[in-house]
Order: sequence, then C-alpha cells, then structure tokens
Amino acid sequence: MPLSLIPAEFNVQRDADLCIECGVCTRQCAHGCQNIDPEDGSVSSDEKLCVGCQRCVTLCPTGALQVVQRAEQGRYHAVWNTGARRAIARQAESGGMLLTGMGADKPFPLYWDRLFLNASQVTNPSIDPLREPMELRTFLGAKPDKIEFDQQGKPLTKLSPQLELEIPVIFSAMSYGSISLSAAMSLARAAAESGTYFNTGEGGLHRSLAQYGSNAIVQVASGRFGVTPAYLENSAAVEIKIGQGAKPGIGGHLPGEKVSADVSATRMIPQGADAISPAPHHDIYSIEDLKQLIYALKEATGYSKPISVKIAAVHNVVPIASGAVRAGADIVAMDGVRGGSGATPTMIRDNVGIPIELALGAVDAQLRKDGIRHRASLVVAGGFRNSADVMKAIALGADAVYIGTAALIGLGCHMCQKCYTGKCTWGIATQDPYLTKRLNPEIGVRRLKNLLRAWGLEMKEMLGGMGMNSIDSLRGNREMLRGIDMTEQELEILGVLPAGR
Amino acid sequence: MKRIYTKEEYCIGCRLCEIYCIFEHSGHQTLVKAFRDEENLPEPAVMVEEEGPISFALQCRHCEDAPCVAACIAGAMTRDPETGVVHHDAEKCVGCWSCVMMCPFGGIHIDLEEGKVVSKCDLCGEEGIPACVLHCPNEALVYE
Repeated sequence: MPLSLIPAEFNVQRDADLCIECGVCTRQCAHGCQNIDPEDGSVSSDEKLCVGCQRCVTLCPTGALQVVQRAEQGRYHAVWNTGARRAIARQAESGGMLLTGMGADKPFPLYWDRLFLNASQVTNPSIDPLREPMELRTFLGAKPDKIEFDQQGKPLTKLSPQLELEIPVIFSAMSYGSISLSAAMSLARAAAESGTYFNTGEGGLHRSLAQYGSNAIVQVASGRFGVTPAYLENSAAVEIKIGQGAKPGIGGHLPGEKVSADVSATRMIPQGADAISPAPHHDIYSIEDLKQLIYALKEATGYSKPISVKIAAVHNVVPIASGAVRAGADIVAMDGVRGGSGATPTMIRDNVGIPIELALGAVDAQLRKDGIRHRASLVVAGGFRNSADVMKAIALGADAVYIGTAALIGLGCHMCQKCYTGKCTWGIATQDPYLTKRLNPEIGVRRLKNLLRAWGLEMKEMLGGMGMNSIDSLRGNREMLRGIDMTEQELEILGVLPAGR
Repeated sequence: MKRIYTKEEYCIGCRLCEIYCIFEHSGHQTLVKAFRDEENLPEPAVMVEEEGPISFALQCRHCEDAPCVAACIAGAMTRDPETGVVHHDAEKCVGCWSCVMMCPFGGIHIDLEEGKVVSKCDLCGEEGIPACVLHCPNEALVYE
C-alpha cells in the first residue's frame, strides 16, 4: 500500500508526568488512535487516526491528555491552506465525495452577532421576571383571518389545530438511525417533560418512543421510511420534509452498517440495506403536488393536526415559502446554510443555501405584505447557539426555532464532525452497542431539560428588559433590533435599522 | 442497608471505578502519587467484567446471609450486625481461600504471592458515597 499523504489533523499531547497508564483513553477511543501495549501495558497514540472527539481528554482521570488542532503544516499559503490540501489528498486516495457531519464550519457571517436587542430605559419601565408572570407560551399553526363572537361573547370561529409550546424551542429532526436510541429517547423525554416537541426525522418512531407520540412531530420525507397510519396518528404534527439546510437539493443515505435489527424494524426496510432517501419526493414536482400531499395528510389525520412543510433556505426561498403557505401548510420550517446533518457531502454543506437570518427576514416580510402571514407559523433552524439567537429570530418574525446541534452538544457532542462514520465516541450518532451505552438517557434528559430551562430564564430576563411580559409582543417586532456591520441592502432585507437610528 | 448496584446497560467499560477504588484505598492525596507508589498499590475491590459490549462493575454484595462469613475458618470475615457490612480482617486471615470458593459473585480477590485475601469492598468505610459510584462517568453505579 502506498504511503498515505493525508496530513494528520490533531496533536495528541500526553503529559508523561501525569499519565498513570490506566488505559481509560485506549478503552474510550473508537478510532484506534489510543493504544495499549499488551506486553508492558504502556499507552501510545497514533495521531493520524485521531478525529479530535475529545473523549479521551474528557475521561482521563489525571488530565494528562490534550488533543489540539495542528497548526498549518508546511509552507504557509493563504489559499492552499492545510485544510484545502487535506481535502485533495483524501479525494486523491479515495476517489469519493468528501463526507462530513454537523453544520458548516466555515466562517460565514453570523448575522445574529450583528444584531442587537433593545432594552427599556427611563421612559418605559422594564419588568422583573422574578416578580411578575412572564409568558413564553407559543402556539404553532394556522390562525384565523378574523374571530367572530356570538352575543354572549363566546367565539364562533373554529380554530385550526395548534401545537402548544411552553418555550419556543423545538428539538429538530434527527432520525433514529442517524442518532442512537438513547439520544432519541433523551430528546423525546426532555421535550415531553419541558412542554415542547421533538422531531422524528425520517427514521420512523421506535416502539419505545411511542409513549411520547403527543410530543412528536413526525416526518414524512422522500424515502417514506416508517410511515404508517399508526405513525401519523400517534403524533402532535406531521412534517413534510422537502429539504435540509446541510444538504439542500440532495437526498439522504443511511449506510447499511447503521441499519440494525431495530432500525430496520422501525424504518420498515431490510436489515443491513442502505436507506436511500431520493433527492425529490417522486410525487411532488410543483406547489400543486405539494398541496395534494398536505391535504392527503390532513385527510389521513382527520384535520386534527397541523401539517408542517420543511424547506432548506435557498435563493428563491420567498416564493417557495409563500407557495407552501398557499398550499395549506400550517407551519413552514426553514433550515439555513448552517444547518446540521449526520452525513452530508462537504461541498454541499459548505456552499449550498443561504443564511437563515436573511431568509427569515425576507419571508416574514413578504408573507406580511401578502396578508397571509397568519395562515402559517414560521419555524427556523440552522445554527441557533443560545437564547439570544432565539430572541433575535423571534424579533425577525419567527414563531419558534428548531435546535439540533445545540441539543446534541447538551448531550455531550464535541463537534468532531464524524457522525457519518457511525463511530461517535459519545454514543450519540452511532448504532454500535459498545458505543451507544455511553449515553445514559437518564443523564441526557436531565441535561436537555436544564438547557431549555436555562434558555427560558434568559429569554424571560431579556423580554422583561424590553418591557414586555409576553413573547408574542416580540414576534416580528423589528423595532427591538438594530444592526451593525451590515450593508444598507442587508439591513433592508432584514427590515432592521442600523444601530444609532 | 445501602448497597452499590450496577446498571449493566450503562456501564461503558472505562474501568474508572477500579482506578478510583485503588486511589481511595491507597492513602495518597493525589491519583498520580498513588499510581507512582507502585510497591504499595492496592488491588481494586471492584472489577469490571466485560465481554463485547456487555460490561458491568462487580464488587462484594454484602450479602445478608453471607456465605464467606460462614466459610471463614479464622474468623477474619465478619458481618456487622448493625450496619450489615461484611468486613475482612487481614491480620486474622490465614489465606485458606474458603471465602473465595464460597462467594457466589466472585467479589473477593486474592494475592497470589502472599496467598491472602487482599481486597474486598468495604463501602469506602461507609463514609458518604463510595469512590466507584462517585466517579462513574455514566451513573452506571448507584448507591441506594
């Protein structure tokens, strides 16, 4: 075999003064980097195999390990940097597409960091959330054009089905198959116990998660995996997945190695067979076709659940979102270019789609202009890192946000971007029974509930600071936002004034 | 009495329980120092049993009807009638290994050089949470 020319990505630094050669690192490494010598018990690292998952570093009882990204190797070149050269070396050796996991890691502009929230001073009082009730409750679904009352003041208008959220944050679509059952269980239980929802992705609903059906948004995607009448029935809402921010325009591919007996039963495909989701839905080639599927699902569920349509934010997102609303979607979910995935071609992840901030600003403004904004709720996804990002999205017109990466980091993910290998050392993106044990759902549920609680506290504090006691007062309230470091056109698309105005 | 229970489904086979058991019984202030003092390194009283993805940590169950106590010919194994904890007195132990043969769990370990029983879980002196439970990274060991 010729010598591999792929440069190592990480330095594994072992402090000899601290290492007690206990071998914990060797037992935790799933990539064959950390090894113990069977003859003398000494430990060593094969740095070329290290993926930087930080599992050994975290579990080392003496803090003897450090795994750091290597500095640029060889002569400096601003264009042909080590990353670019590594990609070429990988492809020259494999002949395949570059695959990766998680969301884009390029330094795209983060508009959230260029937007600032408002606060009350002197002329309007702020509210103390510790003393006064503060409302984060959010309803997702179509709202009526107008509400009529009878003479006793009772409403005559019948409301469309709504999702009721205690906090406008939902766990985004991550399928059982792409993530482990322990991870899916953690998300489902945490959502149920926190008064929000989780999304099944297109992996079907595992029988052990059926009890959380009333908190499940079940996906119907191009592969139709796991879709049965019972699946649609046992849900809070049904989502038609058209696209995903990490891979707009392409389908999905769950490698056969991840299709275990349980995954096969849940997805209703043979064990060990690749689960291929086609790029398009083969029955959707127009808004009219989309409308047919939306109404087919409404019929199938007796008009009892909101139907969501999830699209990737791409160049013509405004007419697409508008079309989805006009086609009868109760919720339109949009996933931006920073959206994550368990497996996606690197070139697609990092180069296709547009930032969610601009898509949201444009779509919300157009739907308002057309007078149809109330006919669907907007849920946005793709790189929400904290409660301030959520607040800014709501001020830009979102009803709620989907979080995927943030939830996984809450569960222990260290962003090594190797989800597609199925060797997640944190027990999240794997079906290997040796690795899935590493995520104890009891701990996972606790951590996710804590995360949502903490974000909720911060959101209430920020709301109070703006003199509001309800998240509804912030929704689409661009007056609460000011921008910096943006061109006039960017500000115009977001509908936001520059700071100082 | 409170006992240590193992949750097989969450044991990740890292063996940190063994490492912290050794440290707790070493008498040293830091983990690194304990392991540097190789001559006086105690044997762990907890052992991780492992085959493929199945693993669990096993230590003395402190049985109510402890067969090791009944089998001990030297009176070295005793069960505290109040706390229920089974104690081993190394001074009295003659190294006959009757307890080892009687223990249905394999919770008693021997030193092949000295011939005596060298380690058996003492629940870390019953002070607070035992070290193995406290340091299990995945809550696969519980003390309740």
